Amino acid sequence: MENSEKTELVLLACGSFNPITNMHLRLFELAKDYMNGTGKYKVIKGIISPVGDAYKKKGLISAHHRVFMAQLSTKNSEWVEVDTWESLQKEWVETAQVLRHHQEKLEASSCGNEQGSPVLERPGRKRKWAEQRQDFSQKKSLEPKTKGVPKVKLLCGADLLESFGVPNLWKSEDITQIVRDYGLICITRAGNDAQKFIYESDVLWKYQNNIHLVNEWITNDISSTKIRQALRRGQSIRYLVPDLVQEYIEKHDLYTSESEERNVGVILAPLQRNMAEANS
Amino acid sequence: MKSRIPVVLLACGSFNPITNMHLRLFEVARDHLHQTGMYQVIAGIISPVNDKYGKKDLVAARHRVAMARLALQTSDWIRVDPWESEQVQWLETVKVLRHHHRELLRSLPQKEGLDRGKAHPAAPTGKGYSLQPLSPFNHGTLLNASVPELKLLCGADVLKTFQTPNLWKDAHIQEIVEKFGLVCVGRAGHDAERYILGLPILQKYQHNIHLAREPVQNEISATYIRRALSQGQSVKYLLPDAVIAYIKDHNLYTKDSSWKDNNT
Repeated sequence: MENSEKTELVLLACGSFNPITNMHLRLFELAKDYMNGTGKYKVIKGIISPVGDAYKKKGLISAHHRVFMAQLSTKNSEWVEVDTWESLQKEWVETAQVLRHHQEKLEASSCGNEQGSPVLERPGRKRKWAEQRQDFSQKKSLEPKTKGVPKVKLLCGADLLESFGVPNLWKSEDITQIVRDYGLICITRAGNDAQKFIYESDVLWKYQNNIHLVNEWITNDISSTKIRQALRRGQSIRYLVPDLVQEYIEKHDLYTSESEERNVGVILAPLQRNMAEANS
Repeated sequence: MKSRIPVVLLACGSFNPITNMHLRLFEVARDHLHQTGMYQVIAGIISPVNDKYGKKDLVAARHRVAMARLALQTSDWIRVDPWESEQVQWLETVKVLRHHHRELLRSLPQKEGLDRGKAHPAAPTGKGYSLQPLSPFNHGTLLNASVPELKLLCGADVLKTFQTPNLWKDAHIQEIVEKFGLVCVGRAGHDAERYILGLPILQKYQHNIHLAREPVQNEISATYIRRALSQGQSVKYLLPDAVIAYIKDHNLYTKDSSWKDNNT
């Protein structure tokens, strides 16, 4: 697909990032290579959106630390950045809403006389969206033509996909909205499990074309839970997280037995909300 | 307080290229040995194999050494040693162990007691075997008890290769486990334990084989890295950024270069 219209994509990863690890960062790289490799898409941005403290997950430390560590991690990235909107909300925000927020933001900046897409690599350059098409042959850059507003897709691991099955964790209309209106890019090791899961769900099956399964051939299972455990045991986490993150954690003594006890006995926000709505 | 035995960890291999997994081996091994209460890891050495090893797709040693050096810039205890790669021919692992052990002994103080606490610049890179200042670990019993030991650091897969016919000389395997010792980093304990049980010589020197468990499943193989690079895919976060930059600058592991290797 030459300079015909590749769809521009923004990859959004939601999660605790408690702490962020090299595995999280790899998700972006794998997804970008895969989607660009289809020839139909051009990935222009990656967004890390750490969850707010109101999520009430066990062991979740303060958002400002988690955000800062994510920012340290993406210092050397040309396309992945951190967004704080979700973490700054007082109440917990459903993932579908975060997706909606970012999609609307893209639409707002795309329309009208502001920066069209893609100007991320050339800040300050203003082009009217409508002019892009006419300017085709005169464009000096080698960037392929893209059509319309960039689309936001949810980037995740297979665990998130399978969490759709956990009772009361997700609203079914949210799941539908996510796969129908946005789409999922799911990095998975055992592709079969994910495929089976899709097969066994009516809504996932219906929108399977909007669910992209990307195989992670290298097993790189750096879970944040294991990182926190290693830290409590005085074990090294070097080379599992970016150096700056490791230094920051050490400097602030972020993860201890105490921090792991946070929110013990508290119900996770989505469960609380969905069960309350079910009972009302 | 009983003094801890100082240990230097030596990892031999292609390091083609070095990855975060290689670096993890050192960290996990050090944590494990410290946790036993018996050892104090004082240094780590990465020894890239000689070009004459003849392994497929092996890029020139000077590159592999340079990349390792870049990867270790931010490490205060691990260094790369090019000695093995600079020899005229390929060397068996046991010979590399012997060499580094000799160097280690050479770096020790000549006069017992008087040189306690002084640094002895043994290695040219500066990350040498500086004797620690008096600490609970070496106070008072600096003499025989603290002759450092050199141990071979490897993954469980290397342990398995001891079984491969003709790959290792029996006498060498014995010398490695008897005179030096092995620190073997793996995930599930079962594999490594099985390999040990499968070879009588390993069973005999079990006490000198330390199995360190890596809690994080982390299989960043250099083979995969090379394939990803030749296909133009990202390897960011699998190896240090400085190494990735070096690979790009020197055009290593491209589709063309691997084609050349296959046809020479």
